Amino acid sequence: MSPQLLGRLGLWAATAAAMIVLPLAFEQGFALSLLSQIGIAVIFALSYNMLLGQTGMLSFGHAVYYGLGAFVSAHVLNAIGEGGFSLPVTLLPLVGGLAGLAFGIAFGYVTTRRSGTPFAMISLGIAEMVAACALMFPGFFGGEGGIATNRVVGEPWLGISYGPQIQVYYLIAGWCFLCMIAMFALTQTPLGRMANAVRDNPERVRFVGYNPVRVRYLMFCLASFFAGIAGALGTINYEIVTAENVGVVASGSVLIMTFIGGVGHYFGPIIGAGLVSFLQSALSTYTKAWLLYFGVFFIVMIMFAPGGISSLIAVHGPPLRHRLLLRLVPSYALSGAALALLLAGCIALVEMTYHVESGAEFGSELALFGIPLEVATAQPWIAAAAATGIGLALFLATLRFVRRAWAEVNATLQAKEAEA
Amino acid sequence: MEFFLVQLLNSLSYGLLLFMLSSGLTLIFSMMGVLNFAHASFYMLGAYFAFQLSKYVGFWPALAIAPVLVGLLGALTERWGLRTVHKYGHVAELLFTFGLFYLIEEVVHLIWGRAPVDYRIPESLNFTAFTIFSTQYPAYRVFMMLVSVAMLAALYLVLTRTRIGMIIQASLTHPYTVEALGHNVPRVFMLVFGGGCALAGLAGVIGGNAFVTEPGMAAAVGSIVFVVVVFGGMGSLTGAFVASLFFGAVQTFSVALDYSLADLAAWLGLHLTPGSGLYDVLSITIAQTAPVLPYLLMVLMLIFRPTGLLGTRET
Repeated sequence: MSPQLLGRLGLWAATAAAMIVLPLAFEQGFALSLLSQIGIAVIFALSYNMLLGQTGMLSFGHAVYYGLGAFVSAHVLNAIGEGGFSLPVTLLPLVGGLAGLAFGIAFGYVTTRRSGTPFAMISLGIAEMVAACALMFPGFFGGEGGIATNRVVGEPWLGISYGPQIQVYYLIAGWCFLCMIAMFALTQTPLGRMANAVRDNPERVRFVGYNPVRVRYLMFCLASFFAGIAGALGTINYEIVTAENVGVVASGSVLIMTFIGGVGHYFGPIIGAGLVSFLQSALSTYTKAWLLYFGVFFIVMIMFAPGGISSLIAVHGPPLRHRLLLRLVPSYALSGAALALLLAGCIALVEMTYHVESGAEFGSELALFGIPLEVATAQPWIAAAAATGIGLALFLATLRFVRRAWAEVNATLQAKEAEA
Repeated sequence: MEFFLVQLLNSLSYGLLLFMLSSGLTLIFSMMGVLNFAHASFYMLGAYFAFQLSKYVGFWPALAIAPVLVGLLGALTERWGLRTVHKYGHVAELLFTFGLFYLIEEVVHLIWGRAPVDYRIPESLNFTAFTIFSTQYPAYRVFMMLVSVAMLAALYLVLTRTRIGMIIQASLTHPYTVEALGHNVPRVFMLVFGGGCALAGLAGVIGGNAFVTEPGMAAAVGSIVFVVVVFGGMGSLTGAFVASLFFGAVQTFSVALDYSLADLAAWLGLHLTPGSGLYDVLSITIAQTAPVLPYLLMVLMLIFRPTGLLGTRET
């Protein structure tokens, strides 16, 4: 067994162990539901990256397959509950996956014949169309209220009824782990490799004797399958599916997740799904402006780190291996402090504006980080604006040190490479 | 007949408004190859700016100032945003405008709140222009059409009769040659982007009070404008014009037609009841399909004629 394979197996084992242990470490229900949500988001984001990252297809309508998988599995779950037929809830994600696959086969046939911008536009058109259909077919989509369902159906098996959230979490974790392995394995197959080739140079793929359209179509169908699995898990977890699940906003959010995590690495979408789900549930309880922060974060990532968080992590791999990471720490600490000042100023400005805009109902005093701010007076505004300005100036100034430290590290790395 | 005429006029004014948006979008697209997702957000900003300005200086100055402000904002976006992202390729540019769309909507939430604002038609235009049979046609709709047509004529003259228009047209097809001749093509890009945004802002100023000024207006109009541009053919101004009028008519007429396939069957002597098969599908009225129709037409167009109605290229 090669050390590389051993390391990879170790990584998978560690992931599995973390998935098993994590819910035991947190007692509260909040953490458990958050972990379940992350599990679903991870499958969804990884399936999206099969399109964007691996095959180079920018889709604005991936939630269609997630949502339709969720709706079909909700109807199947209701049919099981009414005694129509029996199927263990454990296998329901497979139903969702097959539904996603079926719609992927149908819509994908049309969309994958084109690539690039036309593909992006057709996918958006189909997403808008399906979202608009939701109001036309209230029988299937349940109208405004959506389809409600009950996951506790059939005889409990070994005491597993899927009533308690912890059992649902382990169901999601199990499927998530399976899907992660399956999707990783797919990247290692000839199909996965050809998908990368289609992304990089479709013309050459044709010269080698492959049909890029067929590769795109296959990848699209498989991605829809995994999206459908995520959708069915969503049905089991939330016990309700609404038309929002097929909407353009849902498609946008999976795109944002995947992009923030980074499309260039297999583990990128996992980081993105975890971080974005965490921000969505944690940040939204603290501030009404969380979508704004989120939007700014997204734009900053696109402008300055288009490779996502995973590429920021990967960049630190070589210095870590050669034990040079410590040399970067002082400059990072310096610009980190400046960034903190800048952020504090911006956040104070945004929160105070929101406070004023939402009117007199909350009074004129706003408690931010435990500091009471009187928004009716000028002082907090001046202070916040000053913090923003000074923070920005300091941050831009300290970036010089980061650049210098990186130049040193890179020079040392090159020298070491030349020695070896 | 009366219904038809009134709807025709409404669809014309709506279609011309759509053209103000789609002309800018299609010009920006043919220059930079980027579909600007945030284009309708500039339309929304135009409406909100005009609402805010008209509180202080009245409607008429706002009509002139708001589009200029929106145009400046657009130019700044191009200079400091899009140009930075350009080196990462088209996907990053597309995502940037997508993020901008989110951001502008949130900023509008932040400043003006989530509820619609009270942006009204000015008193001086709030009268009846003429009467068709028994329907009184509002003067503001006529004013909207006049502004749109004036803008259209100005755009046409600028693009075909002025020096800068010639340079813009040349940069569309031969950017490198134009650059070699000593013109600053990036600045032309910035100008076109700002100009397109200013047009969208103008549409917002005159459309915001005719319809409703709320944070959701960008998403509602944006998807239709997108359909118009794709349907008309990316980068084709004439195509955008034809498609704007067409979708203006489709949107206005289909909402008002309350007929379904079941009605057709009943007319043919076949009476369907809610019990019979496929009733759910057959009883859908044309009005109910109105939201789906534009997207269906766009997807069909992309499949069968990817260049669009009058376009010459696919991307």
